[in-house]
Amino acid sequence: MSVAIRVDRLNKSFGRKQALFDLALSVQPGEMVALIGASGSGKSTLLRHLAGLARGDAGSIEVLGRQVQSDGRLNGDVRRQRADIGYIFQQFNLVGRLSVLQNVLLGGLGRMPRWRGSLSLFNPEEKQRALQALERVGLAEFAAQRASTLSGGQQQRVAIARALCQQAEVILADEPIASLDPESARKVMEILADINRRDGKTVVVTLHQVDYAVRYCQRAVALKGGRIHFDGPTAGFNPDFLNDLYGGDLDISLLLPQGQRPRAVERPLTLAKA
Amino acid sequence: MTTLTTATPATEAKRSWLQLIGWGLFFAVLAWSWQGAEMNPLALVRDAGNMATFAADFFPPDFSNWQHYLKEMVVTVQIALWGTVLAIVCAIPLGILCSENIVPWWVYQPVRRVMDACRSINEMVFAMLFVVAVGLGPFAGVLALFISTTGVLAKLFAEAVEAIDPGPVEGVRATGASALQEVIFGVIPQVLPLWISYSLYRFESNVRSATVVGMVGAGGIGVILWEAIRGFQFAQTCALLIVIILVVSAIDILSQRLRKLFI
Repeated sequence: MSVAIRVDRLNKSFGRKQALFDLALSVQPGEMVALIGASGSGKSTLLRHLAGLARGDAGSIEVLGRQVQSDGRLNGDVRRQRADIGYIFQQFNLVGRLSVLQNVLLGGLGRMPRWRGSLSLFNPEEKQRALQALERVGLAEFAAQRASTLSGGQQQRVAIARALCQQAEVILADEPIASLDPESARKVMEILADINRRDGKTVVVTLHQVDYAVRYCQRAVALKGGRIHFDGPTAGFNPDFLNDLYGGDLDISLLLPQGQRPRAVERPLTLAKA
Repeated sequence: MTTLTTATPATEAKRSWLQLIGWGLFFAVLAWSWQGAEMNPLALVRDAGNMATFAADFFPPDFSNWQHYLKEMVVTVQIALWGTVLAIVCAIPLGILCSENIVPWWVYQPVRRVMDACRSINEMVFAMLFVVAVGLGPFAGVLALFISTTGVLAKLFAEAVEAIDPGPVEGVRATGASALQEVIFGVIPQVLPLWISYSLYRFESNVRSATVVGMVGAGGIGVILWEAIRGFQFAQTCALLIVIILVVSAIDILSQRLRKLFI
């Protein structure tokens, strides 16, 4: 398995509007990649295609050496394949009326016999794994509570625990911090970075905020109008480039607070405890 | 999709014309139906004396057979209970199969048409048919209520499913779950409170319906009610009606309390 994700000439249109143009991308195992770009640049669309949650019009996608889709056809085994691909959503997408622990346990569905999963007969080992995942994101004490009673930041950490319980090799996070306050956003990004560093999982995260991309990811892929505009180390970012990427409609000084190169990179990455 | 148009004087005038024609049509249909329904309010005044005599026969109510009435009323509730429970069991999968956000059109269209058919025929008609099929007695009533309630609940259940938030379903899908598991963990938790409320409501109305299916021989208090009316035993009829009113109201209140717990 040489690459974790390989996208080849992916095209996608919504009606008459083309969202992705001949997109090609590969991500190596263990990388942490930021997908950046303005709204409507196609970054979320690309991410949804990687997990087989959307079908392209042409082109192919391979994850962990197995084809997810090709020329608009999903692999027949895509449901099992998704077990290896953890997905974090902007709106968390937890089942609000189930408990936090039940939500995390759902992560195991892709790896257990269908009948057992459908009857929610999780074995002690799976329950243990779910509890450990909750502990790792610092939310073990909320295990019995309904997911809907948690704050946005906490719900997103539960969603990450679900991906951990899933034992996914690749984690795709679609605007995971766009709906969160700065403190929750920092915690979520640090957990994702920790999963990448300590567990060696491949992480692809779409971000609005370029400073987070620079702080947490070594590599960034910038999309503009459905095409890859830049692909390289985040160290190469400068205000001119960002102005061009975002079409000058953002105050770039807000994105790069300390001149061109934020010093925050050196900050020790500690796991959220609260 | 329709586009929003701003009201110009021309469209305004056109709209008021259309409104006028609409009202005209409505009153024309009302007048036409007056004839068809042989509406005759004067009869109420002319035959007032007859009606007073008739009403007097109802009082005082004759409760001499009250134990028998109560026993048949219990049977009536039992018919409603089984008719509703069987319908709920069938309406869960059928409701899912009627939801356009869960299954493709070539599934939900035919299933919806079958449910429409179950709903469009009144339970009295089904009761008459089942009396022929399985014989006189409560079981025919259970089957009649079961068929028509399945049609109603499947539609209501599907409407609840079509209003869910798709996010959690996608969240479950992303873990590698099967299609059935998406429904079990992503859809059902979201619709459960509404489903329970609809089911209790249907149970209430099925108790009311079960009081009349007996009139065609399908068991319950309707059987003796029909006998009393046909035998001109109006004092007994009155007692039966009072029993029905009391029990149906009690069940309505009880089920309303229960429903409030789930919403």
